[in-house]
Amino acid sequence: MQRTANVGELQEISKGIRRHIIRMIGAAGSGHPGGSLSATEIVVTLFWDALRHDPSNPEWPDRDRIILSKGHACPVLYAAMAECGYTPVETLNTLRKLGSIYQGHPDRRFIPALEASTGSLGEGLSIAMGMGLAARWDKRPSRAYCILGDGEIQEGQIWEAAMFGAFHKLDNVVAILDYNRIQLDGFVKDIMEIEPVVAKWQAFGWHTVELDGHSIPALQAAFAEAAAVKGKPTALIAHTVKGKGVSFMENNPKFHGTAPTKEEVELALKELA
Amino acid sequence: MAIATKFELKPGMATREAFGKTLVELGRENPNVWAVDADLSKSTYTSFFAKEFPDRFVSCGIAEANMVGVAAGLASFGKIPFAASFSCFVINKGFEQLRVAVAYPGANVKVVGTHSGISIGEDGPSQMSIEETSLACSLPGFVVLAPADEVAARALIRAAAEHQGPVFVRTGRLKVPVIYPADQRFEIGKAIELIAGDDVTLIANGLMVAEAIRAQGLLAVEGISARVLDMHTAKPLDRDAIGRAAVQTGAIVVAEEHLVDGGLGVRVAQVVAETHPCPMEFVGLTGYAESGSPDSLLDKYGMRAVNVAAAARKVLGRKKK
Repeated sequence: MQRTANVGELQEISKGIRRHIIRMIGAAGSGHPGGSLSATEIVVTLFWDALRHDPSNPEWPDRDRIILSKGHACPVLYAAMAECGYTPVETLNTLRKLGSIYQGHPDRRFIPALEASTGSLGEGLSIAMGMGLAARWDKRPSRAYCILGDGEIQEGQIWEAAMFGAFHKLDNVVAILDYNRIQLDGFVKDIMEIEPVVAKWQAFGWHTVELDGHSIPALQAAFAEAAAVKGKPTALIAHTVKGKGVSFMENNPKFHGTAPTKEEVELALKELA
Repeated sequence: MAIATKFELKPGMATREAFGKTLVELGRENPNVWAVDADLSKSTYTSFFAKEFPDRFVSCGIAEANMVGVAAGLASFGKIPFAASFSCFVINKGFEQLRVAVAYPGANVKVVGTHSGISIGEDGPSQMSIEETSLACSLPGFVVLAPADEVAARALIRAAAEHQGPVFVRTGRLKVPVIYPADQRFEIGKAIELIAGDDVTLIANGLMVAEAIRAQGLLAVEGISARVLDMHTAKPLDRDAIGRAAVQTGAIVVAEEHLVDGGLGVRVAQVVAETHPCPMEFVGLTGYAESGSPDSLLDKYGMRAVNVAAAARKVLGRKKK
């Protein structure tokens, strides 16, 4: 992989990752395209720019950790990890099929380079907290980046972990809220409103940054700001669009958890050409 | 009532206290040992560890789900976290996290449940953990331990720390008699034959081991030769010891301070069915108990030597048919 801070290059990489996502979920016939597409720039900016990692040495103790707490968005993670060289690109389209390392939700038994097995919402931030504590004790530069869904923060455990992070002053933990405003059953505001979400994280003692989660410069600046904050964890409230990049998927609750048909795959790939 | 037995059964400390003391020793020996707590350190005795190693003691507040996740994160950095709470809280409120964050990836997390069973006493059923053997054993890859006395607790906590993978240890609030000599060796998955016998086997764990020993004394007076096995490891079970008991004694009683449904007895019965089927009886709980002194509860809910002996007579009656 070629690390880059160049915005144009990161945008191109993001486009390629989106094409992978569409092909993978299309081939699988099931999966969650909307939340993968909304998190694409977040994941790309991390892996290609902000993240301290070395794909040739996945067990590097000083690496940063990414915990995809919204595990259903694993296609974006798999595509990025494959393009970085952690796993094969050729088999990405075996997603969700028997024997594939690309399981329906992230599973460390199949890909040891995954930092956590997730899929049951609400659990990743607690794991990130344990990692942050251990990294601080070990005096390692490692940071833990935990990607959360907006619907996911309806889970109570998230707020147990949020309280914990501020209390233990874990400034090496960053929560990134992929705020695409849609969950399985519909719009977040209609299922269980999470607003005022910035105020919530602030009330729990976190530094917050509100940003456009599809703007690579904004993400770069936010990761840098989070790294500079001392004494408290940072929550990035990243405003995103569910299904971003594919016109008929954008803001469409149907594509939270529905795979595109063959025709829709073709249409989407044309838009992402 | 005085019961003749070769065991002195002198008063000892609670298994939770032995855990707390052993954790401090482990902390001194291994800088990777951590304690993770949910506002019960004075009850679980992780307070001993907190006093000596405040930097490796993690206060989570009353938030067991997060506590288990934090432990999993620590384990991913090569730490050996002991997450402790009342057994009922950590197993029930933390179960989903024990499943997905610990069992599923095989995280090296040690969970110590204290105040197990009805012998917590006055606090009543909301605090009485009587389901956790069933729950912990249901998690793939978990080792599940239930020490009978302070010697067993010390040894099994050490064994848990050395074992690579998730472990659940069931300990109690009540001071329990000392069964073992200080140098007794324990191995995960290896039952200990405390008393030899040919007519019936009494299998027990936790505080029911002492009751099984006393029951053996009662039965001996009647000319019944009972073997007593401490099945301190509920998972993985000692299949050889169970198979031998079934073949050689042809009748088995399992006694536990836990619901009979899904408990140690049911697990032993599976092994008996798979190896050498024989009549079995079960001493355990069938529902939620109530507040009261521990002794009065153990009497009322049938967790005594007399109950184990009665079950032995019953199973022997079936054996003769």
